[in-house]
Amino acid sequence: MNRTYEVMFIVRPDMAEEDLDKLISTLETAVTSTNGTVKSVEKMGKRRLAYVVGRFHDGMYVLLTVEGGGGLIHELERRLRVSEPVIKFLTVRIDEEQKRLDKIKKLRDARKKASAAPAAPATPEGGEAAPVTA
Amino acid sequence: MAEETRAPGAAATESSAPSEGQSQGQSHGHRPGPRGPRPGGPGGPGGREGGRKYFRRKKVCKFCVEKIENINYKDVRLLAQFVAESGKIVPRRLTGVCTPHQRRLSTAIKQARNIALLPFAGRAN
Repeated sequence: MNRTYEVMFIVRPDMAEEDLDKLISTLETAVTSTNGTVKSVEKMGKRRLAYVVGRFHDGMYVLLTVEGGGGLIHELERRLRVSEPVIKFLTVRIDEEQKRLDKIKKLRDARKKASAAPAAPATPEGGEAAPVTA
Repeated sequence: MAEETRAPGAAATESSAPSEGQSQGQSHGHRPGPRGPRPGGPGGPGGREGGRKYFRRKKVCKFCVEKIENINYKDVRLLAQFVAESGKIVPRRLTGVCTPHQRRLSTAIKQARNIALLPFAGRAN
């Protein structure tokens, strides 16, 4: 079962940068040890929270994109729950949405190509709408 | 541009043609009767209001027009346009968003709320 998930979590704002890196690397090893792969890690920096969580007004956002099965997410969420500096997390499955977006994009590209090809055979590029209006 | 297309339609409805009004309502799906004196509401990007006669601009789905397919919970700036000051999700009848997009939008807003990107209630400060 290979699925793609996005795990976003917030750590407390007063956490040191190296501690955060350490936390992220432990999470990464947890992912790889449960037959998953980390596709990307993005530190989104410090942000103001929309509401108070615990007693924090700010938080450092981290976005983790992982691939793997449901057991992986189970383990990852358990770790996030027990790690003290993490104040909030959210997991979203994104592969199906990505599939849908790719499909739409492919459709649009195909349509664009179909409309551009007969209109402008001489000019390979240079605006698909321009020859129609002229 | 939308106002231009709206103007002949408004003239036609003023000459009291209920069938005309119905066909329009059916195309957009949010108008129950031929023509009711409803409050225009502040919905839509710049809804107009007047005294007696006012033109209700035909609302269009932002996501369809701008071809935004990716409604993501991380895109706070986009989502915030569809969240009222109080933190509520603005209904479709005010924003003109089509049903499939509103569904995705509300899911995204709820996800964003969960991760403290958007408020559950009140302003994000």
